[in-house]
Amino acid sequence: MEVSMTVNGREVTGDVEPRTLLVHFIRENLRLTGTHVGCETGYCGACTVHLDGKPVKSCTIFAVQVEGAAITTIEGMASNGELHPVQEGFWERHGLQCGFCTPGMIMSAAALLEENNNPSEDEIRHGIEGNLCRCTGYHNIVRAVEYAGAKIRGDEPAPPDWEGGE
Amino acid sequence: MATTSVMGGSVRRREDPALIQGTGIFVDDLQPTGLLQVAFLRSPMARAKITTLDASSARDMDGVIAIYTHEDVEHLGPLLAQVPIGKLRPLLADGEVNHVGEAVAMVVAETRHHAQDAADAIDVEYDVLPAVIDLKKAASDEVKVHEELESNVIHTWTYYGYWDALGLEDQTPLVDAAMGRDDAVVVSLEMINQRLIPVAIEPRSVMAEYNPGYNRFTVHSSTQVPHALGGAISKTFGMVASDVRVIAPEVGGGFGSKLNVYNDEVLVAFAAKDLGRTVKWTETRREAPGSTIHGRGWIGTATLVGTKDGEFLGYKLEALADMGAYSQNFTVAIPLLGLWIGSGQYKMPVSWTVDCVVTNTMTTDAYRGAGRPEAIYYLERVIDAYAREIGMDPFDVRKRNFWQPDEFPATMGCGFALDSGDYAANVDKLMEVADYAGLLEMRDKAREEGRYVGVGVGSYVEVCGFGPAVLAEIGFSWSNYGLPASFNGSGLVRVNPDATATVVIGTGPTGQGHETTWAQIVGDGLGIPVENIRVLHGDTREHPMGIGTFGSRSVAVDGAATFEATKRVKEKAAKIAAHLLEAAPEDIEFADNGAHVVGSEDQRVEWASIAKAAYQAHTSPDDVESGLEAHTAFSPGNATWPFGSHIAVVEVDPDTGDVKLLRYIGVDDCGVEINPMIVNGQIHGGIAQGIGQAMFEAAVYDASGNLLTGSLLDYPIPTAADLPSFELDRTVTPTDVNPMGVKGVGEAGTIGTAHTIVNAVVDALSPLGVKHIDMPLRPQRVWAAIQEARG
Repeated sequence: MEVSMTVNGREVTGDVEPRTLLVHFIRENLRLTGTHVGCETGYCGACTVHLDGKPVKSCTIFAVQVEGAAITTIEGMASNGELHPVQEGFWERHGLQCGFCTPGMIMSAAALLEENNNPSEDEIRHGIEGNLCRCTGYHNIVRAVEYAGAKIRGDEPAPPDWEGGE
Repeated sequence: MATTSVMGGSVRRREDPALIQGTGIFVDDLQPTGLLQVAFLRSPMARAKITTLDASSARDMDGVIAIYTHEDVEHLGPLLAQVPIGKLRPLLADGEVNHVGEAVAMVVAETRHHAQDAADAIDVEYDVLPAVIDLKKAASDEVKVHEELESNVIHTWTYYGYWDALGLEDQTPLVDAAMGRDDAVVVSLEMINQRLIPVAIEPRSVMAEYNPGYNRFTVHSSTQVPHALGGAISKTFGMVASDVRVIAPEVGGGFGSKLNVYNDEVLVAFAAKDLGRTVKWTETRREAPGSTIHGRGWIGTATLVGTKDGEFLGYKLEALADMGAYSQNFTVAIPLLGLWIGSGQYKMPVSWTVDCVVTNTMTTDAYRGAGRPEAIYYLERVIDAYAREIGMDPFDVRKRNFWQPDEFPATMGCGFALDSGDYAANVDKLMEVADYAGLLEMRDKAREEGRYVGVGVGSYVEVCGFGPAVLAEIGFSWSNYGLPASFNGSGLVRVNPDATATVVIGTGPTGQGHETTWAQIVGDGLGIPVENIRVLHGDTREHPMGIGTFGSRSVAVDGAATFEATKRVKEKAAKIAAHLLEAAPEDIEFADNGAHVVGSEDQRVEWASIAKAAYQAHTSPDDVESGLEAHTAFSPGNATWPFGSHIAVVEVDPDTGDVKLLRYIGVDDCGVEINPMIVNGQIHGGIAQGIGQAMFEAAVYDASGNLLTGSLLDYPIPTAADLPSFELDRTVTPTDVNPMGVKGVGEAGTIGTAHTIVNAVVDALSPLGVKHIDMPLRPQRVWAAIQEARG
């Protein structure tokens, strides 16, 4: 079946089997491999992308279901060579280790901050609970989202909570 | 962007820009033209004879290229294991299956869908046999898992007898005698340290290509041990290791689960060679519990004997450890890592016996901590119970029995010596930063209000930095994979003509930030900014020698080797700089991307000039060879022994059994720190996995051997909403085992946590008389314990 959509601002089309998941279309047809497959069952969130501005787990929908939609993947987050504040936050606050869950985590966190740019720690933790990370214990992911929230609001981010400097 | 290059600076990670923009490359991201995909037919039975296996109709299906069964790969032998005690895994089931998920047939097809459709269409029938699942029953040999083995107990580790060459004394009589003393308080707990599934978020993936003209393999795999995999493939196919190039690109978490050489890795290489095509297999989450190792799985009784006023007189552990059906890499050796820290941080006689038992379940092997969380859990839980029994503060009890600072190196009954430590100072710091007295006051006040608040404490010591060459004699090497023995470290440092440095290491990081940490080690030594340093790892062609990343070994062993190599490059560079500055080499100092004469900073030459000179005969001194690189091996004389103490504060809802983790505070001591930010991250992740075991996770098989917890719904690893922020601090006790004084930190958090959480929950419920609840402390189990205690 033919399917067409806008991905990271570009019109794309593809010929897919009806059973092709959106994540596989993104990874294999479009070769945008930053969106990861961690479980294929909707639990881990590594495949999270934005569908018309809302975060979705792209392993839970078929490519043909999003005909005509606008998709943003991790590759579309930085603009004009500038990192998205959430990407910057993950770098500045050590919000990633192996980096496999990171694209999905960034997409969920960015959507959370879109709704509420000054979330409490509890709101951040519940906002990203659909994304599993096995490396960080989430501590620095929460700090990264707080950092990004501050940046988006135009505030000075809180200093890091480790020794050894900013 | 802060870019301090000195050791001890929290330099932002060099790894991150690609990973946060989605351009980091993991194995499954590779999609070369003409790629074939693999799916495995896996056993739904735990123990059965295969009576029919007919792939003929599946072979005719669309897109199918080949289907392989045992007969096709029998000539390659079973999967190689480094500690080959027990039954080794057949590459594909050889007429029988021994656990759910065992690979029975391999399908290679044009696409993943074609491969899976064909695997589902293979005709297979099983004659089901009784499965051996329960550990105690398995140990009784009522039913044997493998007829050809003498017993289901394939090995027994004892504290004194694990290695005859050491000539150790059995301390059991001392412990037994202590139990007989009139003033002895004997506290015993039977506890389960449950089986866990590692759950790296990246499922394993392997892709192989073979060039018959060159007789060479190129294998990409999500592995922690690229050199071991290259060795195993070369040995399996009768090649030299240098003709098998293994590349581990970005690897999405490992935690020990990618420290094995797997049958699927060998099989994908085989198919690539057989078909002359590039072949890839990517594990699905659904099949992972049957294709990737599990960890832990102990049941045992810990007994502590001490005096009424808190002096330890001896400790005894008798346990069974579940090996699963087949032995893989280290399987049987995992409990040995626990044995070495069997006495914890305490000076006392120890009797320690662990039987390794085979069952019809997935193989167990190293999962973060690997034997050490189990050993520390048993010891620290029973210490807590003993402190409660004699009415003494649990920290006071520990401090009374710690090895004292002037006793290091402290030789333990297991023959190894703790390198350095000040355990009491570590506990004191934790009590101070946590305001321990205040916490107890808060708890007591909550109790008066009828709330169930608990403060749990725990300490740990671990054994890291593998390793000392002597360990090769008991299997800690890659010799069975056809590679030279001993887990030496090695590091290669080269300054290039463009004044960048290239560092090549044989580690296999899975998120530990080696590219940053090693850039700091080398940058600090040479005065080259970290931005100008490229760290290469995970490619057997780049580096002739590599042990991989596991057991918190990388910095303490390979880092130390790199540190030494840096020194040698610096010595040579000093001669070149001295030549350019017309000074003496001993007066040269490196800093700020150049070199200057000590005490005369305007007599300075940039690295750009030194590096260029090193490669040009006419500008370098006559007695200095061209080039600027050094490759150094490092063999530590001892392992390293990091330690720490943690406090957990919990509140239990008595009506629902729900445990809320209110605070988690840790003071860890991993020796000297190169990058405190990365050290924090390692401890955070370790704590989360310890909490996962304590509160959420358990791999559960039913009596027939069906895995009841095969999905992330049934096997809930912690989410962000399950955990609090962690409060960390450190003490720093350097080791003299390596020149940087570093000890290792990858597993510390996990080893320190599970018992601390359980101690806290037991403390919370102690007014009800609850003495122990087995992990995971899910509401149902906690609620049941409360009901039982209330009668």
